[in-house]
Amino acid sequence: MERGTTPVAGPSPFHGVPWHGLLRGLLTRRFGNTRFSSQRPRPVDLANFLIQLLNSVQYGLLLFMLAAGLTLIFGIMGVVNLAHGSFYMLGAYLAYALSAQLGSFTAAIVVGTGLSVVFGLALERLLFRHFYQREHLDQVLLTFGLIYIFEESRSLLWGDDVHGVPVPPLLTGSLPLTDTLSYPVYRLFMMAICVALAVGLYLLIGKTRLGMKIRAGAFNRDMTESLGINIKLIHALVFAIGVALATVAGMIAAPVSSVYPNMGASVLIMCFVVVTIGGIGSVRGALIAALLVGLVDTFGKVLLPQVSSMGVYMLMAAVLLWKPEGLFKS
Amino acid sequence: MTAHASSLEALPTGLKAALAVGLAALSLFPFVGSDFYQQMVVRMMILAIFAMSLDLLQGVTGLVSLGHAAYFGIAGYALAFFTPPGEPVSLWWTLPAAMGLAGAAALVIGFFVVRTRGIYFIMVTLAFAQMVFYLVFDNKALGGSDGLYINFRPDAGVFDLENKRVFYYFTLVCMLGVFVFLRRLLWSPFGRALAGIRVNEHRMRAVGYGSFGYKLAAFTLAGALAGLAGYLWGAQSGFVNPELMGFHQSAHVIMMVILGGMGNFAGAIVGAFAFEIMLDVFKDLPAIGGFETGKHWQLWMGLFIVAVICFAPRGLLGLAQRLGARPGAPDA
Repeated sequence: MERGTTPVAGPSPFHGVPWHGLLRGLLTRRFGNTRFSSQRPRPVDLANFLIQLLNSVQYGLLLFMLAAGLTLIFGIMGVVNLAHGSFYMLGAYLAYALSAQLGSFTAAIVVGTGLSVVFGLALERLLFRHFYQREHLDQVLLTFGLIYIFEESRSLLWGDDVHGVPVPPLLTGSLPLTDTLSYPVYRLFMMAICVALAVGLYLLIGKTRLGMKIRAGAFNRDMTESLGINIKLIHALVFAIGVALATVAGMIAAPVSSVYPNMGASVLIMCFVVVTIGGIGSVRGALIAALLVGLVDTFGKVLLPQVSSMGVYMLMAAVLLWKPEGLFKS
Repeated sequence: MTAHASSLEALPTGLKAALAVGLAALSLFPFVGSDFYQQMVVRMMILAIFAMSLDLLQGVTGLVSLGHAAYFGIAGYALAFFTPPGEPVSLWWTLPAAMGLAGAAALVIGFFVVRTRGIYFIMVTLAFAQMVFYLVFDNKALGGSDGLYINFRPDAGVFDLENKRVFYYFTLVCMLGVFVFLRRLLWSPFGRALAGIRVNEHRMRAVGYGSFGYKLAAFTLAGALAGLAGYLWGAQSGFVNPELMGFHQSAHVIMMVILGGMGNFAGAIVGAFAFEIMLDVFKDLPAIGGFETGKHWQLWMGLFIVAVICFAPRGLLGLAQRLGARPGAPDA
């Protein structure tokens, strides 16, 4: 940029008084993007505490859906997938587009899940399959390139505007907690879906024949293959499950978070934090880490808004000092 | 060692000659290029310094940092803070201070991340860089999402950096200095130890090299050199914003190193130039009918990155070497 042609005249008001300005900023900082209506709770306010607790659990469960796919895809195929956040964004936009098209949120979720599985299978077959044995560096760049492609395709298909997705009429109500405070039913519905999927995932991996093959493939790929198990099919399925989990998370989050460009990016970073804390490849670790991150993030915003964006990373740093490979190394 | 041939650790004579031609072209460029292109080449040279600093981690030591832009940005912000609104500030203390800050941040973050490896390292470097990003982005005193202006280029005393041509040559000298320094480092005992860690860390530990210290030193040094690039960027553009330390910037610089070819620093320079030229080409694509192709540069960039990874994973220098052709000079 040419000096003198700077579009906005003048430096920022704090310019030139760095230390004083920094200090004042840190003391008076406020957060614009608190996700939840969070007035500072009075110290002994059980209902408010309960609401924050529910919020943190809901956020944690949503993160789990994303992190579970990420950790599975890494643990079983050894692929680091930066484009995982894009699947979340894709889900949200699918919920927006399909619910407008089909006129029903439920139908949108069903059709969207089907589409995401097909999408995951195609992506695995065309690209990811060839990268399982490649270096992490190549995988990082491949999936970074995919982020650009997905973002731009989203822009071409649906534009760059922010869209709201209506909460389905059945779930619009609120559950009263006290005379003045209540909790939206839709958020409870989200939690229920997440818990159901988490239990489903646990049963699938831990208790079924397919799950046994998945675990065997993660443990020793060559041996599993020589026992006559179609490991390529297993990998394709795991990848599609991961994509579908992220997409469903995006779809059910859409009515709460609304739908906007680049919504996958911040979620991706949080997923990385969750997977790092939980231990790569461990679904159980992802669940516990996601709930922890949800707690730290939500209560950090309420109790210590000055440093809340740091809290989660502090947690990660502490875990790394204590256990460099995560809480539950698989 | 087979690693030599593949990563061009020792530069072949043909390549050295090509680089010399490129250097000659760069040093003559201000006499032929217009102001606009001169500024563009300055940006490319700054990014080349940035890419070389990452190459020390990525190509030499085998550490893929997805958060390298944080140190680039920290030094840029340091300059913004050091520069008062009404007058320039001396280059001679702000440059070491900015690099020192970037290096100190790398030392602290490195202390946590260097103990991880492989995929963890990628994710943790990214997470810490995002932490720095949000710290700045959410903080009004640090300029928030709008960034900060730097009204004056640093004052060097003996030469005038406000002069475009002087700044051009100053950047060129910095780039050359970093290149020569890193090439010397590569063949020093320290550089050999880093390369050994890349090839086989367990074996290095077994022969008595404490890999933690070496990796942390490399991480810190790379952070400080990225700080040099960030400082120059701030001085050149007169403006810093959180995007400088964002995830995309980190990924772009990885791409530059890959595009040129890793582990020899010459590739990083070639890659930085090639990447910026591609970016410029994509952004300037003509409209086809009502469809503005240039506006959707991210799509072409994404396809380009995917194509490079699929078809030329060892970069341009590797590709040139494989085809047996003389590698092109980084033309300006």
